[in-house]
Amino acid sequence: MKILVGLGTCGIAAGAAATYAAVLSRTGPLDGSCRVEKTGCAGMCYREPLVEVRDDDGTRWQYGQITPARVDRLVSEHVVNGSPVTDWLVWTSGGKGQEQAFIDRQHRIVLENCGVIDPEKIEEYLEKGGYQALEKVLARKDPDGLIGQIIESGLRGRGGAGFLTGMKWRFTRLAPGKQKYVICNADEGDPGAFMDRSVLESDPHAVLEGMAIAGHAIGATKGYIYVRAEYPLAVERLTIAIAQAEARGLLGDGILGTGFEFHVSLKEGAGAFVCGEETALIASIEGRRGMPRVRPPFPAVKGLWESPTNINNVETFANVPWIVRNGAEAFSRLGTAKSKGTKVFAMAGKIRRGGLVEVPMGISIREIVHDVCGGIKENRKFKAVQMGGPSGGCIPAELEDTVIDYESINKTGAIMGSGGLVVVDETTCMVDMARFFLDFTQRESCGKCTFCRIGTRRMLEILSRITAGQGVDGDIEKLESLALLVKNNSLCGLGQTAPNPVLTTLKYFRAEYEAHISNRKCPAHQCQALLTYTINEKCNGCGVCGRACSAKAITGEKRKPHVIDHEKCIRCDECYRACRFDAITRM
Amino acid sequence: MEATRPFDFANLHFKGEGGTLIPLLQKVQTEEGYISKERIEEIHRKTGVPLSHIFGVATFYAQFRLRPVGRNIIKVCHGTACHVAGANAISASLKDILQIGDGETTPDRAFTVETVSCLGCCSLAPVIMVNKDTHGNLAPADLRKALAPYRSGKA
Repeated sequence: MKILVGLGTCGIAAGAAATYAAVLSRTGPLDGSCRVEKTGCAGMCYREPLVEVRDDDGTRWQYGQITPARVDRLVSEHVVNGSPVTDWLVWTSGGKGQEQAFIDRQHRIVLENCGVIDPEKIEEYLEKGGYQALEKVLARKDPDGLIGQIIESGLRGRGGAGFLTGMKWRFTRLAPGKQKYVICNADEGDPGAFMDRSVLESDPHAVLEGMAIAGHAIGATKGYIYVRAEYPLAVERLTIAIAQAEARGLLGDGILGTGFEFHVSLKEGAGAFVCGEETALIASIEGRRGMPRVRPPFPAVKGLWESPTNINNVETFANVPWIVRNGAEAFSRLGTAKSKGTKVFAMAGKIRRGGLVEVPMGISIREIVHDVCGGIKENRKFKAVQMGGPSGGCIPAELEDTVIDYESINKTGAIMGSGGLVVVDETTCMVDMARFFLDFTQRESCGKCTFCRIGTRRMLEILSRITAGQGVDGDIEKLESLALLVKNNSLCGLGQTAPNPVLTTLKYFRAEYEAHISNRKCPAHQCQALLTYTINEKCNGCGVCGRACSAKAITGEKRKPHVIDHEKCIRCDECYRACRFDAITRM
Repeated sequence: MEATRPFDFANLHFKGEGGTLIPLLQKVQTEEGYISKERIEEIHRKTGVPLSHIFGVATFYAQFRLRPVGRNIIKVCHGTACHVAGANAISASLKDILQIGDGETTPDRAFTVETVSCLGCCSLAPVIMVNKDTHGNLAPADLRKALAPYRSGKA
């Protein structure tokens, strides 16, 4: 029997390190038949810290919210006495958990090993069939056949644009040049997307193996992983993984006794969203400001240090070993006519079960939101999903039957993007949402193209003014014309897609814009400048609101109605949420 | 982290490979907390990279700081999920407690506040990160308590 504690970034943030220590000290005095191990992220972020008890026959018992205080009972009852603690069981391989649907509705290829193996031990990856795909392609010595297999599988780039991965490989292979490079784009900058972080932290070898296979396919001997500096744990685990793979002859010179050579280095990003764009990323690795350049020539022809370079995203690489092991047909059997395989989504926002969800392409938004993730928190109304981050858009609840594939999502005005899916309910203001993204793209614009640099700024000013209650007639039309100008006159994906959040919210939630401008009201009661907090006659002077108020704006005697000082009020909403008597009015 | 500690170029293994400037700046910042004018000049003298280029790179990337920072760095996540969950109220409340805005440092050098785009802990929104510790599911009223151990140097 063994106990596995999920130690990904979100697990650690939820206190998993203390849980791990508690499990160690509780099992220490036992007879030693129960091992304690670390694992990555199982994807059930909403139930962190996660602890799994795994029987010797492989039966898995996943427990949620195991704080150090719960460890004693868990170990005493399940490990010592052999009776599982059903109250805390979220999922079991025998179908006995409280939230089976979250895992059972998924189809895990990329996340296959996440939360299952210890990411710091290469042996566990090898036990799961790791590096067999690399061995297979090196034995076959048929790079063209390998590229054909990847094309046939229908795998498309998971970073957002959805270009056929095998075609990209073929272009790089055919490009003339002695030195070629493979780059893994791990600059996961979309706010709301965290699947790449999770894969790097939980199954780093899958990405390394995918890169080495790509290296063999295109004839590269050197690979770089460009990883966000905001992901220190991913950097740490990748460093360990590279050293272990090199020590076993799975990376480096003469891999697996063949003549194939492939070295991987890490490059830490320095915090620039635009570096997710491939030419900007290359500039950054070369030590320059990360500014995109005109394409063509594409990196496949002229990339890093002017050499042919193949760039794929983390999730794309993580799919590759599976495809080689199981065949192109097994992969293309999943999904829709043009979008094959699965996609990992990072579910966040007002959803009951937030976390990582890997589903076959072709599933509908409704199924993900309601069936897999359990619907909206606090039984509020589902309003929209924001998909594709700052480049994407909002898809309203009316279109919840839209199926997830590249083409169907594009039709709504959003994009697949890297797969961040932020769910919002009726309390989220869509104008504010658009303002939020424009604020982001405006700050992250590299400044090269005038329309992106200045146009996004003008759009942000208009949106800020609308949310501040100072919108004027004609603002909506101005936004629309600016949006088209920015879209059509920017060089890279950042500028070309920056107006999408505004365009989609205008398309589906135009009435909300109009309410802000004409009636000076925010229908979602979110725009602070348009709100006033007052205490009504229901107040019984319990004082809860006063204690919740960090601005100390609420005063009053005990058991007598309180008052809010509007000068001091920062409109943080805490009193509204704290009051149990409906005594705070928000207008 | 004393700002006067000599920065050792001899022990850096960035030679023989292009693209050394960003790792070099990252190393300076890790050791000294920020990138001083003196260090930029030193990098220029030792590597021959033009000053304008070094300054251009240092100001382009959000990670690099050109001013000294406090003993504790608070990163307030303003990713999509945190925004929807009330990151603005967290920032407003921090400003209230510490009397400093984004990118500023308290006069006693205890805290520096930075707004960041996404820390990737979206399901725990709203999130702040103090040094290397992530605090999730915060309400503005929790902040004073969360910061206290850092102020007294106990965390």
